Amino acid sequence: MSRLAQRARERVIEGGLAVCAGLSLVTTAGIVAVLTWETVAFFRDVSPLAFFTGRTWTPLFFNQQFGVLPLVAGTLLVAAIALATAVPAGVISALYLSEYAPPRVRRVAKPALEVLAGIPTVVYGYFALLFVTPWLQQWIPGLTGYNALAAGLVLGVMVLPLVSSLSEDALSAVPPGLREAAFALGATRLQAAVGVVLPAAWSGVSAAVILAMSRAIGETMIVAIAAGQQPRLTASPLVPIETMTAYIVQVSLGDVPAGTTAYRTIFAVGTLLFAGTFVLNLCSDWLRRRVPGAVR
Amino acid sequence: MCAPLQRSACALALLAASGLAGCGSDAAAVRTVVAVDGSSTVAPLTEAVAEDFQRAYPGTRVTIGVAGTGGGFRRFCRGDVDVANASRPITRTETAACAAAGIRFLEVPVAYDGIVIAVHPSNTWVDALSVDDLRRLWRHEAEGQVLRWSQVRGSFPDREMHLFGAGVDSGTFDYFTGVVTGVPRDSRGDYTSSENDNTLVQGVATDPLALGYFGFAYFEEHREYLKAVPIVAAPGTTAVPPSRDAIRAGAYHPLSRPIFVYVNADALAARADLAAFVDYYAEHAADVADDVGYVALDAAALRAVRVRVAARTTGSLFGGRQDSASLARTLTARLALDPAP
Repeated sequence: MSRLAQRARERVIEGGLAVCAGLSLVTTAGIVAVLTWETVAFFRDVSPLAFFTGRTWTPLFFNQQFGVLPLVAGTLLVAAIALATAVPAGVISALYLSEYAPPRVRRVAKPALEVLAGIPTVVYGYFALLFVTPWLQQWIPGLTGYNALAAGLVLGVMVLPLVSSLSEDALSAVPPGLREAAFALGATRLQAAVGVVLPAAWSGVSAAVILAMSRAIGETMIVAIAAGQQPRLTASPLVPIETMTAYIVQVSLGDVPAGTTAYRTIFAVGTLLFAGTFVLNLCSDWLRRRVPGAVR
Repeated sequence: MCAPLQRSACALALLAASGLAGCGSDAAAVRTVVAVDGSSTVAPLTEAVAEDFQRAYPGTRVTIGVAGTGGGFRRFCRGDVDVANASRPITRTETAACAAAGIRFLEVPVAYDGIVIAVHPSNTWVDALSVDDLRRLWRHEAEGQVLRWSQVRGSFPDREMHLFGAGVDSGTFDYFTGVVTGVPRDSRGDYTSSENDNTLVQGVATDPLALGYFGFAYFEEHREYLKAVPIVAAPGTTAVPPSRDAIRAGAYHPLSRPIFVYVNADALAARADLAAFVDYYAEHAADVADDVGYVALDAAALRAVRVRVAARTTGSLFGGRQDSASLARTLTARLALDPAP
């Protein structure tokens, strides 16, 4: 009786767990289905060639143009600035934490760095708009109030803990034997760290960088607040631009009637964004699995 | 409004109140509905008034559609809605449609809508812009073409121009494009567009090469960070800088206009909830006008409007006139001439 009851209970718990696990799968499948559905509807009205190669993005205006390149350019520009900030700083701090820092420092410093990841992105956004931009304007005369530079730098700070934490994991996972061998051959600490440990952890560090890039591309709040809302095909970080995510926010907040082509643009842009980050995440995952000695 | 725990107590109080008041046909229902439709420009003001009104009169709900001024009048003259939001006076055709359906109306001017063309305070070259300059700058043909200050006028510096303006969902966008390009919604798309005027103010205030347009109240609030461009309405006329007085006098033309609500006179006489709302609107529009970006009527006009509403004076002050040049002037003049009961 009690054995039976116990078994039944086990089954209920198992079922509950399966439902929980299934929920995220179903949600993902639902999102992909909706994105695909609306995107297919979008491409019935707009030729993919015009979408992927057009240089003007004005779907809400009198002269409707559906060239997504300005949004892609804006997104990549901000992400590039973010990575240029986060990768050097992140990898160097990871090297310090794994190769130099005494355990006591590491115990304090690593969580402290990760606190950065806990700051709400809306705070980062206004930090970029109201502090970083005015500060940069003292040095860069042509910098406008909304720009990719401040947004990118702050975005870099935001993804910094991701890079440093994951890189540090990869560096710590390098077998101590490699390090000791380097020291035995007369290498200094720096030579061992840069010449032996870092190359050995290369795939893990790359995975961290790619994950950070995916995060930077998908980030919404900072760019919507600080980077501007003007789709512009430019490589200049000094003027307002618009990223894919900021565009989706802009349209979602307005009242563009559902079912119109202008409305479906957000699904087309969303699909592109999703495809981009999905591929990046897959790459990162694949690289991470090659980390020697690390089982994660 | 009622907190959840007090809801039943609240409902009881309402029932008691409506029973005591013993008012008209809707007394049985706890909540009555005032239906409003029309201009998206006027909607924010009506929403702001309705929000306060519903707090004061929890028994009445105000629903606000944004079918546009024309669409609002169509529904109003069919008797579908009690109140029409309008960003221009009613036309002769619309008046005739209302008359044919036996609908008499009150015309209530509620505020002025003004648009400011603003640049960075460090901008020394722009002294004034004509409506024609604005048209060549903002029409859709300018997209990707007019990108430098020198293209607006030869004497301006050969530097990049950064444009900021209303988002396509705002009434300001419809109004600006209609006045400037002649066709509502005919606009270039390569500018920083936002429904949030604060975004635009921030953009212009931090960019020496910027030019933007937004509601007058936002300019006034951030006057020290911006420089307003005086507007030349027609060749040969003098440039007028935006100001409360210029807007009220109709001198800041054509980028300002009075806005209205129209009320079904028979429904107003029959329904206490509608009467309460309209009286509340006439009384409080001036208090919230600035918060939603408009310019409140001056004290004399306000008094005259309240007198008209209190006396339930029907008909339009404008006789179907639409030319924006004289609208504000006409409003002031007609209100002043309007005899007190």
